[in-house]
Amino acid sequence: MSAILPPSDRLWWKQPIDKVEWAWIGIAFVWGMIMFVMMIYWHIYGKQNLSNEAYKTSPEMFAAKAEKFIAENTVRTETEQQIPVVKVPAGGDGYLIARLWAWYPILELEKGQTYKIHLSSMDYNHGFSLQPVNINIQVIPGYEHVVKMTPTKEGTYAIVCNEYCGIGHHSMLGRIYVK
Amino acid sequence: MATTYRTCPVSGLQFEDQAEKLMRWNAVAGVLWLLVGGITALLVILTRWPAIKLLPADQFYLILTAHGIDMLILWILFFEMAVLYFASSTLLRCRLATPKIAWLGFWLMVIGGITTNIAIFQGESSVMFTSYVPMQAAPHFYLGIILVAVGALLGVAVFFGTLVVAKKDRTYQGSLPLVTFGALTAAIIATFTILAGAGILIPTFLWSVGLIKEIDAQLYRMVWWGLGHSSQQINVAAHVSVWYLTAAVIFGAKPLSEKVSRFAFLLYILFLQLASAHHLLSDPGMSAEWKVLNTSYFMYFAVMASMIHGFTVPGAIEAAQRRKGYTNGLFEWLRKAPWGNPVFSGMFISLVSFGFLGGISGVVLGTEQINMLMHNTFYVPGHFHTTVVTGTTLAFMSITYLLVPVLFRREMILPKLCQIQPYLFGISMSVLGLVMMGAGTLGVSRRHWDMAFSGAPFQYEWPGAAYLMMGLTGIFGVIAVIGGGLWILLVVGSLLFGRKLDGGKVADRPTPIPANTQAASAVAHGSDHVGVPGTVVLALLLLVSFVLYYFVNWKYLSEVWLLS
Ligand code: HEM
Ligand SMILES: [Cu+2]
Ligand SMILES: [Cu+2]
Repeated sequence: MSAILPPSDRLWWKQPIDKVEWAWIGIAFVWGMIMFVMMIYWHIYGKQNLSNEAYKTSPEMFAAKAEKFIAENTVRTETEQQIPVVKVPAGGDGYLIARLWAWYPILELEKGQTYKIHLSSMDYNHGFSLQPVNINIQVIPGYEHVVKMTPTKEGTYAIVCNEYCGIGHHSMLGRIYVK
Repeated sequence: MATTYRTCPVSGLQFEDQAEKLMRWNAVAGVLWLLVGGITALLVILTRWPAIKLLPADQFYLILTAHGIDMLILWILFFEMAVLYFASSTLLRCRLATPKIAWLGFWLMVIGGITTNIAIFQGESSVMFTSYVPMQAAPHFYLGIILVAVGALLGVAVFFGTLVVAKKDRTYQGSLPLVTFGALTAAIIATFTILAGAGILIPTFLWSVGLIKEIDAQLYRMVWWGLGHSSQQINVAAHVSVWYLTAAVIFGAKPLSEKVSRFAFLLYILFLQLASAHHLLSDPGMSAEWKVLNTSYFMYFAVMASMIHGFTVPGAIEAAQRRKGYTNGLFEWLRKAPWGNPVFSGMFISLVSFGFLGGISGVVLGTEQINMLMHNTFYVPGHFHTTVVTGTTLAFMSITYLLVPVLFRREMILPKLCQIQPYLFGISMSVLGLVMMGAGTLGVSRRHWDMAFSGAPFQYEWPGAAYLMMGLTGIFGVIAVIGGGLWILLVVGSLLFGRKLDGGKVADRPTPIPANTQAASAVAHGSDHVGVPGTVVLALLLLVSFVLYYFVNWKYLSEVWLLS
């Protein structure tokens, strides 16, 4: 009789399914397929796809590469902590270190240029959250993620850490300049 | 083993003595965890409310860790154990298999829950319930969760055993009732889930005591979400079962089609295990192909299953109401529903909020590229407060209005307050979810103590709208806490002071469920088909909102920096 009793028709699986129910199942199925195709479509025609390029690394290896990049491309330092501002060569590679509790260094980019930004963490998980653009990427220790980015507007951008990384998490704020 | 069976005079449900005690203890333990979780919720909300910012950072992260564990794991799991025993022993009218093991499981869960809470409140384990490595908690933080998992696994085993007992003792004929079938899917998913959980938590525990040197941070996230995501599927299967149960009890509603509803439950089992992928969409370690395959193929079939339930549950209610003569227009069946009965109103708000808010936001959040717009923002907790709170928690709250008289034999006190509680909690929580999602859309981070970034070398000003959303989060969060607190007061008050009800006849053997007569099945089969046009309209409304919101987010995505 009801959902808390055994089905009244012992051969319930032989009961025909109502037209309306079939229609709804069909709609749900088709909608699922559209959403599936949409992701693939965006991989082909869309301009915002998260890069697939990632390598296993270690904090030491990544830090060494980043330090070399910083030494070669620093244009000035900013803030009391003398954080280097590093101009990433147009079309070239930039490195961004996530560590407790800072994004290091400050990157300087140009509008309309495409950069390969290498992201990795020295310690815990961190979250690369570019504001106010609102792009959010997980940063994981032991993995070097190479993300191709093309800024579309000039300005001063903040990198908020949006993966909880301990007591100083809220002070982990970085900066990107787009000229 | 000697036991007794009580037939409840109000509902006709039959409770075996051991199962009844276990249900009561599990439900009460669940409510106590909800109380702890509710206190932490208040502290969390008052800290995230920018105008108040109550706690210092260290206490905030500690309390937030406790909130996640006590709510998501402990409150929900204890209540689900009660649901499993109800769906097996009570609905099938049989004795519980191995009650001793069930008690062992219960106490393991209690000890485990307390152990983990001790670890958290000692202050060395503020790692959030996800405990991503290499951030490390105290060993007993993990140990407690492992004990809870083992205890839950024992409970699940007792559930399976009870189904076997019922079959052997022939307490029912034909197939399992739909609600029991739904609980069975939840239990099967739970088994897989707990095994995935063991696969990650045991190594993590060994790592925390120094026996394992290192755990790969990406691998941890992948296996952990095998636990974390699938366990949400247990919740969905459980609360959908509760929806069917409510529809059956309040309206005598029978499923539109047993075949369709069961098939939809089956889809959960088949396709949910691998959907952990949608928690890793913005991670470096997985390829785009893997992400697309896992989110679409595996997740969209589960989404389809939820869309089916979202249709058949109100459809069953509409059909039952129309049979009773509420046939005017599209929605007389709904207008004339017992909106003053908290069992129904809570269930219906749960259904609507889960479908329109939780369901749609979840699918959008789980779309590979769109995830980048929301990953780890406040959108994420906004989304799941409209699934696991307005969906699961509210469904459990509303069925409790039925269980207190039937299971605890007490009349609910303060019936007027009982009437408004589901509205107060359900609506404020739905709005809370919405404004949290709004803040997340503007970029505000989850698990973040300070929107002003004090101590940072730079400044960043969030847009004014983000502060507005966070202020509204504070206001509606406080109302939601009041709504939840009211429920706890009403339930505990009724258990202590409610008028005692007659327990009904006690027998030393079960009365089997009467066999369906040929005539009854002929009636069910033949001419009594009724259309459900109102449900069709509601479903189409859902679809339209879904499609619009989905494509709006692609539009947002197309406006950010180019990424490849
Ligand atoms: C009673 C009212 C409740 C309020 C006001 C509330 C509020 C919140 C807020 C504001 C957050 C986000 C904190 C942040 O990320 O900074 C949060 C997180 C969370 N809530 Fe609730 N909540 C409530 C009830 C519940 C219930 C009933 C459940 C589960 C059944 C739940 C499960 C969670 C979980 C799992 C998290 C994530 C914790 C984490 O990020 O580690 N909440 N809650
Ligand atoms: Cu961080
Ligand atoms: Cu952080």
